[in-house]
Amino acid sequence: MSDHTQNPSTSKGINRRQFATTVAAGALVTAGGLPIRSARAATPLKLGVLLPRSGHLALIGQACQRGIDVGMPILRDMGYSIELMNADTESNPDVGRTQAEKLIREGAHMLLGCFDSATTLAVAGVAEQKGIPHVVNIGSEPKITEQGFKYVFRNFPSAPTLGRQGLMLYKDMFAASGVTPKTAVLLHINDSFGMGMLGGINALMPKLDLPFTIVETIGYDPKARDLSIEVAKAKAAKADFTMVVTRLNDAILLVREMVKQQVETMGITTPGSPGMYEKQFFKALGKYAEFCTTNVPWFDPKQEVGNQLIHAFEKAFPEESCDINVSFSFEAALIAADAHKRAGSTDPQALTEALRTTNITKRANLGGAITFDAKGQNVNLPSAVVQNLGGKPTVVLPSQSAEAKLAFPMPGFKNRT
Amino acid sequence: MTAANLLSDRRAILLLGLLAALAAAPLAAGDYALSILITVLLQAYLGMAWNVMMGFAGQFSLGHALYVGLGAYAGGALFAHFGTPPLVGALAGMVVSAVAGSIIGTLGFRFKVMGVYFALLTIAFAEFTRVLFDHWNWVGASSGLFLPVSHSVNDDFWNLRGSATMFYYVILGMAAAAFLFSRALLGRRIGYYWQAIREDQDAADALGIDVFRAKMVAVIISASMTSLGGLFIAFYNNNLYPESIFSMHRSIELMLGTIIGGIGTLFGPILGAVALTALGEALTVIGAHIGIDGVKQIAYGVCLMVILAFRPGGLWPWLRHRLRLDGGRR
Amino acid sequence: MDATFFMNVISAGLLTGLVYGLMALGLSVIFGVMRVVNFAHGDMMVVAMYATYLLYTKLGLQPLAALPLVAGALFVFGYVLQRVLINRFLGVTEHIQFLLLLSVAIIITNVVLMVFGPDARNIQLDASFESYSLGPLVLDKVRVIAAVGAGCVAALLWAFFRYTTTGTAIRACADNPVGARVVGLDVEKLYAVTFGVGSACVGAAGCLLLLLVDVHPHLSSDYTLLGFIIVILGGLGSLGGALLGGVLVGLSEALSGVLIAPSLKTMFSFGLLILVLLLRPQGILGKKP
Repeated sequence: MSDHTQNPSTSKGINRRQFATTVAAGALVTAGGLPIRSARAATPLKLGVLLPRSGHLALIGQACQRGIDVGMPILRDMGYSIELMNADTESNPDVGRTQAEKLIREGAHMLLGCFDSATTLAVAGVAEQKGIPHVVNIGSEPKITEQGFKYVFRNFPSAPTLGRQGLMLYKDMFAASGVTPKTAVLLHINDSFGMGMLGGINALMPKLDLPFTIVETIGYDPKARDLSIEVAKAKAAKADFTMVVTRLNDAILLVREMVKQQVETMGITTPGSPGMYEKQFFKALGKYAEFCTTNVPWFDPKQEVGNQLIHAFEKAFPEESCDINVSFSFEAALIAADAHKRAGSTDPQALTEALRTTNITKRANLGGAITFDAKGQNVNLPSAVVQNLGGKPTVVLPSQSAEAKLAFPMPGFKNRT
Repeated sequence: MTAANLLSDRRAILLLGLLAALAAAPLAAGDYALSILITVLLQAYLGMAWNVMMGFAGQFSLGHALYVGLGAYAGGALFAHFGTPPLVGALAGMVVSAVAGSIIGTLGFRFKVMGVYFALLTIAFAEFTRVLFDHWNWVGASSGLFLPVSHSVNDDFWNLRGSATMFYYVILGMAAAAFLFSRALLGRRIGYYWQAIREDQDAADALGIDVFRAKMVAVIISASMTSLGGLFIAFYNNNLYPESIFSMHRSIELMLGTIIGGIGTLFGPILGAVALTALGEALTVIGAHIGIDGVKQIAYGVCLMVILAFRPGGLWPWLRHRLRLDGGRR
Repeated sequence: MDATFFMNVISAGLLTGLVYGLMALGLSVIFGVMRVVNFAHGDMMVVAMYATYLLYTKLGLQPLAALPLVAGALFVFGYVLQRVLINRFLGVTEHIQFLLLLSVAIIITNVVLMVFGPDARNIQLDASFESYSLGPLVLDKVRVIAAVGAGCVAALLWAFFRYTTTGTAIRACADNPVGARVVGLDVEKLYAVTFGVGSACVGAAGCLLLLLVDVHPHLSSDYTLLGFIIVILGGLGSLGGALLGGVLVGLSEALSGVLIAPSLKTMFSFGLLILVLLLRPQGILGKKP
């Protein structure tokens, strides 16, 4: 399963090869000159990458993989030396576990992955047993860093943190727009992510002293084929604005149905779920995708590394969406490479120690330096308000990183051109 | 195969040799090989459990994930909430699964729901339960249930916390026990009843066999055995999600090995599990070389089709014949 | 929650239910005649949806115009599949058939995944976001189109079985395969035609469904299961039953979604299925076996 090629990008045949050269060239240009080749650790880091590239999570798994593949030339130019060993978890925790065992047997020094929480937990268990460090790219289940694993490091907020930060940002949104709605209707997917977020929201609503109340909460099955009933129910709640916790496909269904049923609210917002910033969302909904807001950790438009990544990505995959799947997977690889360079060896203990003392300021996403607490959690991952404006997700808050002004309340569906 | 044959010497030697090799495996095998072997044995175990109902008694269940899930959640939730030892949890899971099995059995058999309809009834119950568990907060609803992970170095058999090697011996023991139990079942009166029902239910009824009772026994035994496999999954994985534990994919995976190996035979589930896992691993390696995601599953589908076309009775009856373990009979 | 609200919910459930019904028709036809449980049903529909998507994006063909083409292509696909593969497995036990079609399903899903990738695709018609307003009632335009289309296809199918020689012969096969052979009918060919017609129905349903949902490779298993629920509710082999079953599922999803909890609505479909299996195993409109 794992590809032991020096250049991981060639592992997928001609297409990958072609794009790899493009990416490399792009990275050279953006780096502005010759790559700096600083002192390399003696042996390159063998990084086992576990992602759901097939199965029902294939869409996201492949997006994460692209982030890492595109990031490799950038990392190399930053003076890091990594070899990728890619494995497909097939969206199945059991497969993830055996693939992790296999990668370790074949000499992986560190593991990276796995997007979905169930597989991440299974792989973390293997890593723990073997004493091999595991950097989590994405995975919001709190248990990942709450189970007492010593070798797990997560550079992604847990669902409750995501929910809390997202909710806090509503205050800023209302302050920035000068409009304060009184009621909200919450539509959420009923899967592990959605329930985690819901738990966070319900626990925090009373504590955060927010100006609005949630008048109706509507959960739907992840396998729901259409959401007309859910939206009809939401319409009947007659709330001032809409809050959603979605994945991608259901986000599209939801907004399309809202347009059809003429559910006009001040805004369609999410305190921290994927879906509405993705390219597919824009493609499927066109003008109706506009003005939706998402409160998530995001690319820092002011960071050079982030811009390099976006640039290289758009060159290699003009059709794909360069979102946080890409940036967080890239950052995970960056964290792994950085620890390896500082450790100066591939010994798992030394790598783990180095990960513990991670302090990366040149990063792709918003927030201060990447550091880990005693549990291996990066607690410094603020969210931004990202609004769909002009056909792309745009940072509108916090104001120091904003690229545009927040539009709230949004124009009604009927008045869009 | 009829149960009356005692194992011939050759077969006994072969089995003992296999068992000895498996028992010694952790000495030689690395962790990766061990995790593969655990997968194989787990699949073989679950296949044997399903085989009791389908292979022996001829009742087609497509919803065995239900019992896997009930066993996993009973043991897992009791352990997570009260620290109940898995052996007690296992008992609870078996009881719950047996009750669920008898409800489905009673309804299905009394109302004469048969064949494909019965299979769909079992799916319906499994899916129904999945959605139910998705909303049951005590077991974590759709957020999942997490078993506390211990960090002690020593294997703790009574709490099923420990190394892969311990889990390996647990599942090896379970599989061996299931094999012997299946063999014992076939040698008893109930085994003959089942075979009679499987071949011709009306004739069996005419012969005075209590068809309903015999079928119920099969469902209850099969459900309880399956729930133990679920318990193993719970403690081995440490996390449970209704979506994956009750999924129809699990039901399908669970019976695949047995059908490929040879339905109704004792050794079929084991051979099928080995064959399918070997196939899967081989295809993973080949797929990685081709480098296109999805090739593996396509090849897997084609291989399944080929086996079905040429060995519809399964691999074991054919292999048994080739190895002359059946005295030259087919 | 007032009366208008319920009327809206019920009408939406009814319309969706009709399309569900059309999807299940194909399954019902194939099982009713050949006693083969087509577990690759959802996958065939996904193929049809992608075909419609391609015709729309590459040739600019509207789904309704593409419908005959897609249905025709699926007819050929089904005909060949039956002739080449399934015919060999007609006599064997259910679980072998099940596994055979399951492997067909695995292959189709992954070929689709390889060709189109995992992204969800949809087509963007002007009508996609429009709705009819009848007084207080808001009817989704594409849902109405899809439901009307479903009704038309069902009527055509009924006419085919009622008035054509082939249709009558297929019905004879279904009632008594041995007798059909005795009177000199080419049963193998009729079976292939049946599988083709069943597949064509699925193709038509896929075409119409693309108006309502986005297609992605892993959509199939859910729809296979849904198809089964519907056919069993209505009665396997009964055309009216399939439509009725579809409407029942559409309505039960709608009402349980409103009255209890939307995320529980699939549970009610399964609950309905269990109830019907126990009270009337042959389905609401099915004939006694």
